[in-house]
Amino acid sequence: MLSVQDLSLSFGGIKALQGVSFSAQPGQITAIIGPNGAGKTSLFNAISGFYHPERGRVVFDGQDITALRPDRRAALGIARTFQNIALFRGMSVLDNIKLGAHTRLNTGVFGALRYFGSAQREELALRADIEARVIEFLEIDHIRKAPITALPYGLQKRVELGRALAMQPRLLMLDEPVAGMNREETEDMARFILDVQEEFGTTILLVEHDMHLVMDICAHVVVLNFGQQIASGPPDEVRADRGVIEAYLGAAA
Amino acid sequence: MITGNLKTTYRADEQVLNNRWKRGFVLGALAGLVAIPLFGNNYIVLIACQMGIMLIAVTGVNVVIGYTGLMSLGHAAFVAIGAYATVIFHNAAGGVIPDSLLTLVAIPFAVAVSALAGIIVGLPSLRVKGLYLAVATLSANFIVIFLIEERVFAPWTGGMVGINTPTANLLGWELGSRRELFWLIAVLAVLALLAAQNLFRTRVGRAFIAIRDRDYSAEILGISLYRYKLMSFAISAAYCGLAGALFAYFYARILPEQFDLHLSLMLVAAIIVGGMGRTMGAVYGVIVIVMVPEVIKVVFGAFAGGGAELAMIRAPIQEIAFGALIVGFLLFEPFGINQIIDRALRALNRWPFARG
Repeated sequence: MLSVQDLSLSFGGIKALQGVSFSAQPGQITAIIGPNGAGKTSLFNAISGFYHPERGRVVFDGQDITALRPDRRAALGIARTFQNIALFRGMSVLDNIKLGAHTRLNTGVFGALRYFGSAQREELALRADIEARVIEFLEIDHIRKAPITALPYGLQKRVELGRALAMQPRLLMLDEPVAGMNREETEDMARFILDVQEEFGTTILLVEHDMHLVMDICAHVVVLNFGQQIASGPPDEVRADRGVIEAYLGAAA
Repeated sequence: MITGNLKTTYRADEQVLNNRWKRGFVLGALAGLVAIPLFGNNYIVLIACQMGIMLIAVTGVNVVIGYTGLMSLGHAAFVAIGAYATVIFHNAAGGVIPDSLLTLVAIPFAVAVSALAGIIVGLPSLRVKGLYLAVATLSANFIVIFLIEERVFAPWTGGMVGINTPTANLLGWELGSRRELFWLIAVLAVLALLAAQNLFRTRVGRAFIAIRDRDYSAEILGISLYRYKLMSFAISAAYCGLAGALFAYFYARILPEQFDLHLSLMLVAAIIVGGMGRTMGAVYGVIVIVMVPEVIKVVFGAFAGGGAELAMIRAPIQEIAFGALIVGFLLFEPFGINQIIDRALRALNRWPFARG
């Protein structure tokens, strides 16, 4: 599905990524873990197209996408959320989610200015689709008209997931989906992630510090430390790895 | 949950005027619009025409500044291009196209030329934002005025001294008087406003707002920043071009200095006062911006009785009033008059169960 091959990236003297290689299997959840500054978010940014690696390739569905702009990668079916929520704050929940469907819609400028006719049909179909596939699915029907700024943190995270889902992505990248959440919110989010995998068969790649979550729901774990990949494998194997315990998990884990 | 607003279809829920107060408000405004040429005196018609032309231009400015979040201090250039394109088209095609059709071709021509100019002026927006973009667009304004005044182009533009403008002619109906021209301006202004509102109910307009609110997030959703920023500039310039065309028909003569920085600033001031990123914001802003000089004129007339010295300081006082309005709104009501009226309509809709 997604394969990252020998990816290297540096900012001046800082080597953010050094020869990282792994692949995310179709329909499975893959986690990227590691201490702060290990290069997890840099890796995400390289996959979604914000950073341009000096060496290596990003291959999605057999296609080399290393040189594509972020918006072109999105059109191929790669969606992501951000660590520090990147919703559109001037809009309602509904409009945010509708934006997720941008690449699936066809209305052009002139159709948009006229609205009545094809644009209206498309908008109403979109609304019905979003209500069923996203709003009901994520249980956010009570806040669909609310402005983003009025929502608590946990719900904002869920809306951002909803926006990504509206893209009907084939690869969903989640950057710390449960960071800063209490146990109940974390459990909710874990359930939604598993539901997405089950219902839509989406391939999921996530960065997370919550080890319980990672070990519980992921099929494959990649560990980074100072830009280097120090382990990769199923959760049980990674948990027992001496290098990983030293660098990140600690002896008690 | 607010009672009385329950909808049973998505079509009803996606309506813009989704309660009776909003519908009544808009219908009332339209009725007032029709009443102006029927019952208003010449002065009222004059002011209304000015407002209509300004409204179209401010709606355009709103698209790029209010909705897309790209600062522009050069939109008077597009009004100028629209106005001059109309006049030049009339003079060049006068013998070729019959008079009764000339206006119907000249207006789309002016709009298209302005849109094209908008794309060119919008190019810096791909690289720079905020203040830097403001300066880049500002210089575009100066360049356009400079070119219009240039001797080489004077045979077409009339140069510094300006040029006489043609009369609008719709299929043989000569819009010779302002009262007649008002109908054309009013219809186009209402359509322009409607089109802008429509734009923001669809993916195109949403993409603009996304770019304003968080550009990298827009990109991650598949919105091409290049494409949509230029599209935003083109649309807003097209609006200003339409305003320019009407400007040319409205005044007997146009001069380059009518389209200088002062006009650009007025357009920006109007949208700040009215409410950035809100369709009706342009309406309220224009009413205020056009009325302020008139009110000052009346107040001054009452005090000075036409004294020459006091008349001298009227112009600077106008500038100060504009400045005070902008600062005041930015400080106390950043979303402009639109926010105040929205609040009132919402309160009406909820009355008597809740306020605000």
